[in-house]
Amino acid sequence: MENLFFLIPALPILGFIALALFGRRMSAGAIRTMGVGSIGFSLLCALASAGQFLNAFQAGRPWVQTLWQWFAVPGLAVSVSLKLDSLSLIMALVVVFVSFLIHVYSAWYMDGDEEYGRFFAWMNLFTGAMLTLVLAGDILLLYLGWEGVGLCSYLLIGFWYKEPANARAAIKAFIVTRVGDTAFLIGLFLIALKTGTLDIAQASTSIGAMKASGLPTLIAMLLLGGAVGKSAQLPLQTWLPDAMAGPTPVSALIHAATMVTAGVYLIARMNAFFVLSPVAMEAVAAIGALTLFLAAVSALFQTDIKRMLAYSTMSQIGYMFLGLGVGAWSASLFHFMTHAFFKALLFMSAGVIIKAMHEEHDIFKIRKKLLSGTAFPVPPIAFWSFLTGGAALAALPFITSGAYSKDMIISGAWTSGHVWVWALALAGSFLTGLYTFRVFFTVFAGTGQSVYSFGGKRNLLVLIPLAVLSVFSVVAGYIKSNIIPFLGMVLPAVAPVKGEPFIVYIAPMLLPLIGIALAWLLYSPRAKATALKAWAEAAPLSGFFLRGWDFDRLYDFLIIRPYKFAGRLIQTDPVDLIYSLIAVISGLFHFVLGTSQTGKIRLYAALIGIGTAIIITWAVLF
Amino acid sequence: MAPVSIDNGLMVAWALFVLGFIGVLVRRDLVFVLMSIEVMLNAAGLAFILAGAKWGKPDGQVMFIFILATAAAEVALGLGLVLRFHHKFKTLDTDAASKMRG
Repeated sequence: MENLFFLIPALPILGFIALALFGRRMSAGAIRTMGVGSIGFSLLCALASAGQFLNAFQAGRPWVQTLWQWFAVPGLAVSVSLKLDSLSLIMALVVVFVSFLIHVYSAWYMDGDEEYGRFFAWMNLFTGAMLTLVLAGDILLLYLGWEGVGLCSYLLIGFWYKEPANARAAIKAFIVTRVGDTAFLIGLFLIALKTGTLDIAQASTSIGAMKASGLPTLIAMLLLGGAVGKSAQLPLQTWLPDAMAGPTPVSALIHAATMVTAGVYLIARMNAFFVLSPVAMEAVAAIGALTLFLAAVSALFQTDIKRMLAYSTMSQIGYMFLGLGVGAWSASLFHFMTHAFFKALLFMSAGVIIKAMHEEHDIFKIRKKLLSGTAFPVPPIAFWSFLTGGAALAALPFITSGAYSKDMIISGAWTSGHVWVWALALAGSFLTGLYTFRVFFTVFAGTGQSVYSFGGKRNLLVLIPLAVLSVFSVVAGYIKSNIIPFLGMVLPAVAPVKGEPFIVYIAPMLLPLIGIALAWLLYSPRAKATALKAWAEAAPLSGFFLRGWDFDRLYDFLIIRPYKFAGRLIQTDPVDLIYSLIAVISGLFHFVLGTSQTGKIRLYAALIGIGTAIIITWAVLF
Repeated sequence: MAPVSIDNGLMVAWALFVLGFIGVLVRRDLVFVLMSIEVMLNAAGLAFILAGAKWGKPDGQVMFIFILATAAAEVALGLGLVLRFHHKFKTLDTDAASKMRG
């Protein structure tokens, strides 16, 4: 398999090509087989590669496969090469595994959509681009995958493009991430210019020699700019909540397995640049901490179930950034893995609920519908998987996977001495418990469970992904002791500078429980603290938090309006005024001379006479 | 007969010239326009004769001979053009030939 792991990204891309070319002429069954099958075979390839890789394991030796030379110019040769090491292996496995389950689920969710084929074509391309990104051994190839992911997110968020709001959300996602992509591209040029290579391993080695200059910091900050855009972190986070306009499986794919974690992967992959620059590391940690807190507060006020999940994704990616910034590299990647499982699970169960409620997103309306019995009954699988996913998101200690990874990040923040970052992370973990179970209790508490019935066919396509992910959301935490050293082989380790007292150890376990308890007090049917709840919802700031701290308005004020104003100013091309003036004067002369040329001989004679008289008068007088 | 004073003679030449010019401006008929031009030429010739008499030199009379020759040539050409004009436009109105705005 050492030379066949290129099939992992190649199969989804082939699936995309086939579906794009022949999707219109294929039956729904054929599209389903093709779309899900390509990812399925890719998963098999990934598993086989993983088995072989682990078998033939020599510490730290990556598999490198150079497929062909992309281009070579003097001073720079770029090859299309793939690299499998413990980091990309874990990442690729999680991506392809979760993508596969989401594809299976999509086969049910999108069943009957008139553009079934187009949907699966984009989904396959999305997965293929993400796998290219993950397995790339070359920064330019990574960038290709990166842009591919951005393109597909645009196409899929705007999948139901007939709704103008969806198309707007797609354009917003594309443009906002483009800001970050530009920074990434400049960083890429700098790497090529200064190190003369775009191979990740070689560039990482040669940058070490330039430690004393400001170059590593500059490049790391530019890469961070790219990561911030793609991972929806402060200050480029505004596109993510709007990206919920896409179909629910797309949200699951963007927010769990693929797009938003690309930023985390980029920083982990380019860690050689970041460890050389303490400034960049601090920036990563600060961005992560601020984003996780801001997003958690916003999530608390959302009424749309998918927007709540979007903010929670932003917040969890914030944890990953925080972990990368404080040097808990492996813990961050571990959190990526558990997050991929439980967030995909949450989105898919939310999708089941939304579909059962006839596209109703508002949690309070869902509750009303459930109480009045006018909707389809919510299947128990949605209840149980939302509960499992929610518990993992809230990091319920000991039993859920989210707790293991998140606690590692939080303790990493403490032991590396970032106290205020640690405090924000703790506050975030309390809020996570609160907002997750606010939604859970609002939708499910006391509304009763009905018999299993979807009002649709192909129930297994839903049951299997939800069940598998539920299991993984719980058990993924138990492989912590295996996976951390495995990832540690390519990721740097940071020695703790501080001991961990008992209270620091126990706090991240207790705070989610307090949050959940508070959610029960506020939102259960027998809520005691109704006065507090009423106050919180009527608070003057709730609208501000609902709109995600009004970043959209801020950017509208700071960027969009000045831009439009400048656009209006130069709409008439002021510089052209000089040239148009010349044209106007020539036109005037043309008009005068043209009108005087009448062909009437007597007028000419008169004009000659007048002219002569004027000249003679002139000559006599002066 | 007392000699004609130069001022009076020039006044006559001036009056002739203006009369000829007014004729060119107001008459539409091409033949009259040609005749008015002849009058203007003769006004110029008279001015030359007067100047020659004033300075007692033959140059003025020489110039008059030149003007006569020019006028004769002009009439020869001009009448030919008038005939073609009439043939083409069936009129002698100068404004009739303004179609090309030349």
